[in-house]
Amino acid sequence: MGGMRTAGDLVARMQMARGMRLDAAKKHVAGRLGVSERDLADPTVMWEVRAEFGLGRFDDQDTTFPGEAAAMAAKFRISEVLDVPINSAEQFARQAGLR
Amino acid sequence: MEERIPTRLGDGSYAELTRSEIRADVEAGNEAAVRRAKVAPLDEAEIDHLTDIYASPSRFTAVDIGREVVLSYDGCGSQCIGTRVNDLQSYEQMLGADLVELWHMDYCYKAVRTVLPHEQGAMKAAQAVLTAPVQYGAMPDLGRYTRPNGPCPNWSELMPLGRIDEARAAQEEAVEHLVRDIVLVCQGMAAAGADGFDFDTSGAAGDADLLAALTAAETLRAEFPDLGIEIGMASECTLGMHGQLEYRGTRLAGMWPHDQVKAAAQAGAHIWGPAVNINTGKTCAWNAARTVALLRRACEEAEIAVHPNVGMGVCGVPMTLRAPVDAVCRASRALVDLLRIDGL
Repeated sequence: MGGMRTAGDLVARMQMARGMRLDAAKKHVAGRLGVSERDLADPTVMWEVRAEFGLGRFDDQDTTFPGEAAAMAAKFRISEVLDVPINSAEQFARQAGLR
Repeated sequence: MEERIPTRLGDGSYAELTRSEIRADVEAGNEAAVRRAKVAPLDEAEIDHLTDIYASPSRFTAVDIGREVVLSYDGCGSQCIGTRVNDLQSYEQMLGADLVELWHMDYCYKAVRTVLPHEQGAMKAAQAVLTAPVQYGAMPDLGRYTRPNGPCPNWSELMPLGRIDEARAAQEEAVEHLVRDIVLVCQGMAAAGADGFDFDTSGAAGDADLLAALTAAETLRAEFPDLGIEIGMASECTLGMHGQLEYRGTRLAGMWPHDQVKAAAQAGAHIWGPAVNINTGKTCAWNAARTVALLRRACEEAEIAVHPNVGMGVCGVPMTLRAPVDAVCRASRALVDLLRIDGL
């Protein structure tokens, strides 16, 4: 689907964590983000949506985002937005004394 | 005279066929699946669609906009440039992978168990810098437990001697070792932050190999309800190296895809990866038709995500180390268009 260029990583998370079939996973992610299911594979739309929700974006040579969530921070946001636990984020929070 | 179109054989080499010949191959592949696995045949519209895909001279073909599927990966990267974590970052940041997989060069759970702390360190490092899901993958690879390198008698040596009971007992003993290793490695990977586990080419050593994967999945699902478990298959029909093993009352030997996916779901897998092996002497069109016919019922009845394996030598992709993109995209499109799969 395009991974972090789009919402492919988010749909993949729903399949991994919940065993959802594709239509259900796309519907869940689109609903949580307020976009259409077609938008989920559209890098033009998802570029803005990922920024809005803090879900992490590519760091290209021309476009870096030091003030935005990335990697572990983005996973905290993804977990909250999709309402799905993310193992590494939970462990990070526990190890950092955040939970 | 009909135009001859460049297409490929299952060994990756080019062949020049007419559209009529390609359609005949599609029909023959379909018939081969029906005859062998007693599945329902493809209908005329499906045969027409497969013919259209394979009779196109285009370098590349793709699904319609809006029909994109998740791409899961086994074994991301070459492990030749930079670190393994760099490989995963490249797949995430440059290739746009939907999920990536950390793996060890000796791709089996028995080997990984001996270097588990090292693998856990790599997983933790990967999780710190990646946003996309990172799973850990390896093969069950039951044969690793046979002598002289493993603790169990070698059933492949015992069976030709007619020592069937001993061969079966050896496989049952090996299953216990393998389940223990898979569970131990995956528990370690979960502690290091993994998003899921991949049991790649389950059943490669036969029904006992698949039983180990299913048993390990069941144990891990009970402990980790939210982590991914992907059971990737080795073949369309599970080999009966043991012949009498069952999972939840169903015999594993001779199991076809529509029963494989049920067993995977019962065990707690969230993703099932079917594999239909290539006949290298037939065209990719023949192989794709056979694949679609063999997998259709499984895809219709699946209650978990289905990601057919479109790697080397399976599901319509030629048996060649450098799979031609024209063949890979045709196989991928055929599976998405005709089976409504959830990923590849």
